[in-house]
Amino acid sequence: MEYKIADYKTDVHNDWCAGCGDFGILNSIQMALFELEILPHKAAIFSGIGCSGKTPHFINTFGIHTLHGRVLPFAQGAKLSNPKLKIIAVGGDGDGLGIGSGHFVNAGRRNIDLTYIIFNNGVYGLTKGQASPTLKLGMKTKSLPQPNVNESINPIALACISGFTFIARGYSYDVRHLKEVIKKGIMHKGLSFIDVLQPCPTYNDINTKEWYQGFTTEENNPKIRIPKMYKMEDEGFNGNVNDQNEASVKIMNAIEKSKEWENRIPVGVFYENNLVPTFEERLQSRIENYDEYPPAVQKIMDNEGYPNINVDGLVDNLKIKSSP
Amino acid sequence: MLISRESISWVIGGPQGSGVDSASHIFLKSIAMSGMNVFGRREYHSNIKGEHSYFSVRFSKDILRSHVDKVDILTTFDSESIVRHSPFLVDGGVLIYDPDILTKKIEEIHTLDMSSEYRLRRILLEKKKNYDFQGLLEELRQRNVTLVELPYFQLIKEFSEQIKDNSLSKLARITNVMSLAASLAVLRFDTALMKHAIQETFINKPKISEINVEAALYTYEYIERNFKNIPERYSNFLKREKVTAKHVILAQGNQTSPLGKIVAGCRFQTYYPITPATDDSEYLESNQILKQKDNINGSVVVIQTEDEIAAITMAIGAALTGVRSCTTTSGPGFSLMAEALGWAGINEVPLLVSLYQRAGPSTGLPTRQEQGDLLFAIHAGHGEFPKIVYASGDIEESFYDTIRAFNYAEIFQTPVIHLLDKYLANSIITCSPFDYKTKKILRGKFTDKTKVQNNDKSEIYKRFKLGDEPVSPRAPLGMEDKIYWNTGDEHDEFGHITEDPITRMRMMEKRLSKLDYIQKVIPLEEQISIDFENDIKSDMKKLLVIMSWGSTKGAILDSLEDLVSEIHDVQFLFIQLKLLNPFPGKLLQEIINNKIDQIRKKSKSFLEKDVIYVTVEMNFLSQLDILIKQNTVIKSKFKILKYNGRPMSHTEIHDSLINILNNNSKDRVILTNGV
Repeated sequence: MEYKIADYKTDVHNDWCAGCGDFGILNSIQMALFELEILPHKAAIFSGIGCSGKTPHFINTFGIHTLHGRVLPFAQGAKLSNPKLKIIAVGGDGDGLGIGSGHFVNAGRRNIDLTYIIFNNGVYGLTKGQASPTLKLGMKTKSLPQPNVNESINPIALACISGFTFIARGYSYDVRHLKEVIKKGIMHKGLSFIDVLQPCPTYNDINTKEWYQGFTTEENNPKIRIPKMYKMEDEGFNGNVNDQNEASVKIMNAIEKSKEWENRIPVGVFYENNLVPTFEERLQSRIENYDEYPPAVQKIMDNEGYPNINVDGLVDNLKIKSSP
Repeated sequence: MLISRESISWVIGGPQGSGVDSASHIFLKSIAMSGMNVFGRREYHSNIKGEHSYFSVRFSKDILRSHVDKVDILTTFDSESIVRHSPFLVDGGVLIYDPDILTKKIEEIHTLDMSSEYRLRRILLEKKKNYDFQGLLEELRQRNVTLVELPYFQLIKEFSEQIKDNSLSKLARITNVMSLAASLAVLRFDTALMKHAIQETFINKPKISEINVEAALYTYEYIERNFKNIPERYSNFLKREKVTAKHVILAQGNQTSPLGKIVAGCRFQTYYPITPATDDSEYLESNQILKQKDNINGSVVVIQTEDEIAAITMAIGAALTGVRSCTTTSGPGFSLMAEALGWAGINEVPLLVSLYQRAGPSTGLPTRQEQGDLLFAIHAGHGEFPKIVYASGDIEESFYDTIRAFNYAEIFQTPVIHLLDKYLANSIITCSPFDYKTKKILRGKFTDKTKVQNNDKSEIYKRFKLGDEPVSPRAPLGMEDKIYWNTGDEHDEFGHITEDPITRMRMMEKRLSKLDYIQKVIPLEEQISIDFENDIKSDMKKLLVIMSWGSTKGAILDSLEDLVSEIHDVQFLFIQLKLLNPFPGKLLQEIINNKIDQIRKKSKSFLEKDVIYVTVEMNFLSQLDILIKQNTVIKSKFKILKYNGRPMSHTEIHDSLINILNNNSKDRVILTNGV
């Protein structure tokens, strides 16, 4: 059967605000799956809670809308049990870096082969605009009673030190570029993190579409306008690790790059390392047939419904052997 | 107190990390090898090294299911164990101890607890003895306790000369084996079996095995040579109670439940380290590669997560792919899992949670016994969703119950909480090898592989199809043509979010109608187990109905077996509630009514008021009694309760029941024994 892009869409009514950056991310995910020819039933989208949490309902693959902050453990459980599934986890910045930050860090330690996309808009939208962990200190978005009193988390730097092996950033209104970043993330063997800058037109009146797509002027020549947002690869930045010895330098470069904000906002791939064994590979080294016979496909009963297992050996270990 | 069965109770104590565990293991093995039945129990502090721990073993030719408070043979190699346990030595018992303690002061034992100190002070004051080890030993001598001095240091020195190895610090590690061998010498135990048990224990360490065997034999001979006056009761026990070796296993609760999981087909388990639940996951991980009947290797993936929230959500994620999946925890961890439990409930995900209870609230007594989580397990999670709470009464049951629990989870597509506890996890029994091959695996409804033809919308898979309530066929993630959605929000038939009032009502009704369905489908004997009833005779004056749940079963059953031979005009009925949610109130009422009817057929004068109801459980609030009151018209007058962190003993239950029958009991009987 020939698949069309429409096969990746559902007819569920989308209730995001008009002009929401989430639409661009949704389209990019659908296009990425279509272009990579991942059949709908072979993919599962997991999500957290919030506006972004509704994403799976608009995509015609298995869609698991989980709990606030818990998208990564749900997704990892499914992947480890059935490694053949293509798994994408999505969620907001509050979801992944506030309530779920412990899971973010620990997912990095495992390096399970899935892609995690954060819809990063600096606010808790669905609860009406409170400050999220990525909102900068001192910012006062319109529904905050006082300016933000917390420092912000740098998601790229956090992913770098947590052990993610593909770390990138996209912008929700540049669907063509974002789609390519997501495709790279999905194709990457290991845990991918994509930070997507996504204006919330209703509650974040600071980091707006206009703000992101604004310009700075060159220091010596005010007539020359430079777009704030730029693609790192256009400036020759290369985060690819070809030899494990250069990994730490590349991580430091990525962290340094991720500090750019306000006047210069880089998008593209900060870091990619294919040399770190995935969790699945680590399991494989203990369980020889894990790859072809993972938990989800194991036959646990025989045709009559009796246990398809022989634990005589284990019972024997408990037996009392009275004669030497 | 009089317990009629012939058994011996042995206790070994010492600081944590000093080999109490391995010595007791060898002892258990040796005794079991001789054909005796054993019941062993481990008590320890939340501490790595230094605090007091002990192991008690009770053995008999009869089946044993619980411990007693009195000690026949107390084996020690430090001073604290003597202070803590010697008050419980029976008159005429045996104490094995290091004479070096005589140079020590009781006040200098920094790890001694207030209860033990107070107990000993009281005893020595009453008997007009000094509060020191001299006084303590004098008091024991007066009670005809045989004092077996074992000068460890001197013996190790002599032993090292004999085997020409003078690394004394290394040899100090055999202290525990020496005390064990001394115990077996007191029993005049077969040395060939002792040797065999040591070799079995150190099967992978031949050098250590050899030195331990030699040290054991050396100590055994020393005792035999120097102590000719061991009471007959002990030196002759095994000969007198001669039994033939049986085909039995020696099983611990933290092995039996995970073994049940392997048989049931659990292939994914998550956990975050917590006492007393972790051993379950360690057993699974240690035996990760499985032998299938079709000669393919199966396997179980065990993941240690970053916290209990990740543990349960990861297990749910796995369950969505069709695997039988479980997470294992104790009270504090279970508290963190409450939200995710509701997610599994609304999305109808089969999930097993093994909840090994320990004393709470908060960190509570992390290594001690309590059954305080019953009502919490039933009510965990906000909102209303069906949940099965199922409890195991003993170690052997826990194996079979684990298989049932997985069947329930899949048949009813809902979370199951399997209640276990510290007493089950850390006790050890002899029982028959598990008969697992005849147990059925029941997986409930799965959708078939039919494909949607010609885009026929009516054939599109609906995960939560209404009309075939309460359970609709599920599909594993990845199945072709069976795409569906899940959400923690209320959902429609496809699994998409809805706030439509009618759909909401129908989905609530679909899910919650499982509660009735569960009681209808689960076989009655799996819901409530009648663990003891005696033959109905015509001259019955009273009916004693005992109701309990979980691990108090053993002590109750042991007590009843004694009581029937001591008391002849009372009818006994012991009911163990296994299914605690949904609560089988009607069934419970019926069982009791039937019993009353049967008695009245034989004794016309028997009246409703002749029924005495007793509930037995390890908590303060009498949580089972609350459930019984909510669900039946039964009002238990007596509640036997305990919340000091130490399990109920055979002794305590036996005595409490006697007091109740003699009209000599308070309504709330609070048990206090235990070191």
